[in-house]
Amino acid sequence: MTEFKRVRHSVEKIDAVSLATGAARFTDDFELRDPLYLKILYSPHAHAEIVDLDPSEAEALDGVVAVFYYGNVPRVLHTTAGQGYPEPSPYDTVLFDRKVRFVGDRVAMVAAESPEIAEEALKRIRVTYRVLPAVFDMEEALKPDAPKLHTDDEFAKIPVPYDPSRNLAAEVEFSYGDPARGFAEADFVIEHEYRTPYMSHSALEPHAALAYLDEQGRLVIISSTQVPFHARRITAMVLGIPLRKIRVIKPRIGGGFGGKQEVLLEPLVGLATWRTGRPSRLVLSREEVLFATRTRHEMKIRLKTGVRRKDGAIVALEMDALMNAGAYGSHALTVLTNTGSKTLPLLNKIPHLRFHGRSVYTNLPVGGAYRGYGATQGYFALGQQVDIIARELGMDVLEFYKRWHIREGETSEVFKALGEGREGVEQVIHSCRLDECIDRGAEAIGWYEKRGKRHRPAPHRVRGVGMIAAMQGSAIPEIDMGSAYMKMNDDGSFNLHVGATDLGTGSDTVLAQIAAEVLDIPVDRIIVRSSDTDLTPFDVGAYASSTTYLSGEAVRKCALEIRRQILQVAAEMLQAPAERLSVEEGRAVDPATGQGVSYEEVALYSLYQRNQFQIQATASHIVHESPPPFIAQFAEVEVDLQTGEVAVVHFVSAVDCGTPINPRLVEGQVEGAVLDGITHTLFAEYRFDDKGRPLNLNFEDYKMPTFRDLPKITTIVVDSYEETGPFGAKSVAEIGINGPAPAIANAIYDAIGIRFFEIPITPEKVFRALKAHGILESTP
Amino acid sequence: MKGRFLINGETWELEFPPEATLLEVLRSNGFTEVKHGCDDGLCGACAVLLNGKPVPSCQVLAATATDQPIVTAQGLGTVHRPHPIQKALAEAGAVQCGFCTPGIVVSTYALLQKTPDPTEEEIRHALDGHICRCTGYVKILEGVRLAAQRWKRAK
Ligand code: FES
Ligand code: FES
Repeated sequence: MTEFKRVRHSVEKIDAVSLATGAARFTDDFELRDPLYLKILYSPHAHAEIVDLDPSEAEALDGVVAVFYYGNVPRVLHTTAGQGYPEPSPYDTVLFDRKVRFVGDRVAMVAAESPEIAEEALKRIRVTYRVLPAVFDMEEALKPDAPKLHTDDEFAKIPVPYDPSRNLAAEVEFSYGDPARGFAEADFVIEHEYRTPYMSHSALEPHAALAYLDEQGRLVIISSTQVPFHARRITAMVLGIPLRKIRVIKPRIGGGFGGKQEVLLEPLVGLATWRTGRPSRLVLSREEVLFATRTRHEMKIRLKTGVRRKDGAIVALEMDALMNAGAYGSHALTVLTNTGSKTLPLLNKIPHLRFHGRSVYTNLPVGGAYRGYGATQGYFALGQQVDIIARELGMDVLEFYKRWHIREGETSEVFKALGEGREGVEQVIHSCRLDECIDRGAEAIGWYEKRGKRHRPAPHRVRGVGMIAAMQGSAIPEIDMGSAYMKMNDDGSFNLHVGATDLGTGSDTVLAQIAAEVLDIPVDRIIVRSSDTDLTPFDVGAYASSTTYLSGEAVRKCALEIRRQILQVAAEMLQAPAERLSVEEGRAVDPATGQGVSYEEVALYSLYQRNQFQIQATASHIVHESPPPFIAQFAEVEVDLQTGEVAVVHFVSAVDCGTPINPRLVEGQVEGAVLDGITHTLFAEYRFDDKGRPLNLNFEDYKMPTFRDLPKITTIVVDSYEETGPFGAKSVAEIGINGPAPAIANAIYDAIGIRFFEIPITPEKVFRALKAHGILESTP
Repeated sequence: MKGRFLINGETWELEFPPEATLLEVLRSNGFTEVKHGCDDGLCGACAVLLNGKPVPSCQVLAATATDQPIVTAQGLGTVHRPHPIQKALAEAGAVQCGFCTPGIVVSTYALLQKTPDPTEEEIRHALDGHICRCTGYVKILEGVRLAAQRWKRAK
């Protein structure tokens, strides 16, 4: 293993103490002088036309400064998806439309002197709706006579299948080989339908944005965004303000998980401030976050596999994914694509394969990016199906994965076929330690002692184990770009400016470690500033598991150029050829003479003494492939045969993310993803009434786990070396969320022999299933 | 209305609407280390010590909290002089986005005051009112254990 001094070390997160003491500022912590408070009026109807909106009573209220609605805000079609330009998501959204398409759609916004006045004013806006028939079910929505959501001038920005006249927000189709022939040749065919519901990211910090005009009259927006540069671009477009007049800053942010990869609030605060000249503040309540922001797309996946008995080969596979986009098509194409592109390459030896996906509009909340991004839904299907196949073959599922998973030096046709809004990119796997992940995970969970043993720790409680193997990607190849700027200070420290967006993940720290490794200095000599569109160079932002792999390489290149300049100055100072010099512990040294100069001496020389110049550099990076991290995840569960309750006893993840730049942060990413996965496997989901109204809008009804619910979680980091990544790194942010649902479902099957094809697997559902199978035990 | 608040050892005469919560009064007077994560007393981000006991300040009427000692995360430690609990959480990797952390810090402080050597059960119980969406709680448990060790030694 390569020896590293700064990376591959669990350095303390550089902002951790600031956060723990409460000194660090989040969006809502910034003071504004004499701000306007903004409140949004939401649609109570799932589908309606606004016949009339009369703001006059609200406007007349003392302290109300403005009411914004379709009557005074230009209709600019856009997508709220914070993606690269041109976005693959359809342009189907306007700030305030004459039509509302889900309960929670924006109708109007009040700007007032206090939150209370704004709240009161909302009640005085008179809206006359003509309620339209609504559709909530995906299959219903595709029927010819279904109500249509988008009937005006909505359009796709890039040439992709998009047909709002059929409620079709996106469609993906791809195949190779001859699936019909494959199925005909198979010894047995297994086909099931898997369902995953609407889910909420529920980052702890509710979405917030502020705006003010700076002394030049430019619009400054502080926002809890994962995508400051996309937020600037989209806000400029929506408001018709020149982009150069907008600055977006992301301060500390209280989690995102994809939910803040969405340009929702920036145009609203921008609008209020640009129109009135006053600062404005818009902070959502927990309830608003739950009903009016973004969700994980509901999905229904039909998976059909044809298997050859003699060696267990899957000879044909068909995956048909139906995805609920909700009322707008944010990420409707790309999440859907990822359901195939991030799952199917894992079993790359299938000769005949077809993937078909459709994403449909319904009058329910809007889906969006959510950690795992479609792959999570896909693995719920694939991960159970593999378990079913292995059992049918009488084969240990671990052996099945080891026999059929993609390996170093191999490729998959899926990589080339499925990209993000265009063709994908061909790639060969350079790093894969999945076998080791499987072995070490199996050992940690006690696979061979427990699998199929149905151990009973109490007479009415039975245990089982299940597992899954999965992959994800690292950044979007040929599309995503990250960049960095560095300069040297008098004392030999460095400013590192990156557009990359730390969501609490620790990317500021990881990027500082990468720079520190190149320059061989302690991490605290690197002063990181990130995510400010005026002060930092461009970065696509925090999504698609990209920051370490993509922005990290930009930082490494940038630091290498800084090192070259340092050595050039040192060469002049030491009167030695630069090629002979190297860096060591914050010094430039000449191994031939043993002489050296400290970075501080280099800095002072270059800034003040001779041939003065600023040691500084910039670098950009795009990636040509998206090397997958790999994971094996194992669950041990205990099912209560009297109540149907399922408890996770132990959850093990063994992950190969290349070189873990900061092992502790890697573990933290996996642990957080695992618990969120368990949450949504066993209890959390949105519930709606028959009018499309969400019913559970607080942390009690939309149950979030606390310390009490925490099972034993073990995370094993298996090093590999990814030659295309900075110091061998791949990504880790998303992958951990793929396993909990299928692994737990497989474990439940191992315990009680009942399959659950739908999450959440609530006690009620298990209870009913136990009863139906005649294995419910009566309470004494 | 007006009231006298004893925040982090200092006395503040503050004006506030009668129905204001302690959370609102604290945040609007610059104590932004107290976070606002829900409105329902369900997330713990707004926790402060009131008379030494952790309470969700969003559920406390400001008018009922006058003239009693209130301690926030800033009152326990600052960037230059962090409390051992804050340092331990940072070192353990318990701080990801950090939005939950100031609340967890004050609850941990109250726990360790009473129970310097808590069992895992006691830690889980004491912190049960706190939601963290980032860490999966694993590193927070580690951090609290580390804090207990450190603090004992420091005392
Ligand atoms: S803000 Fe008080 S408990 Fe959530
Ligand atoms: S660290 Fe983000 S909520 Fe706890």
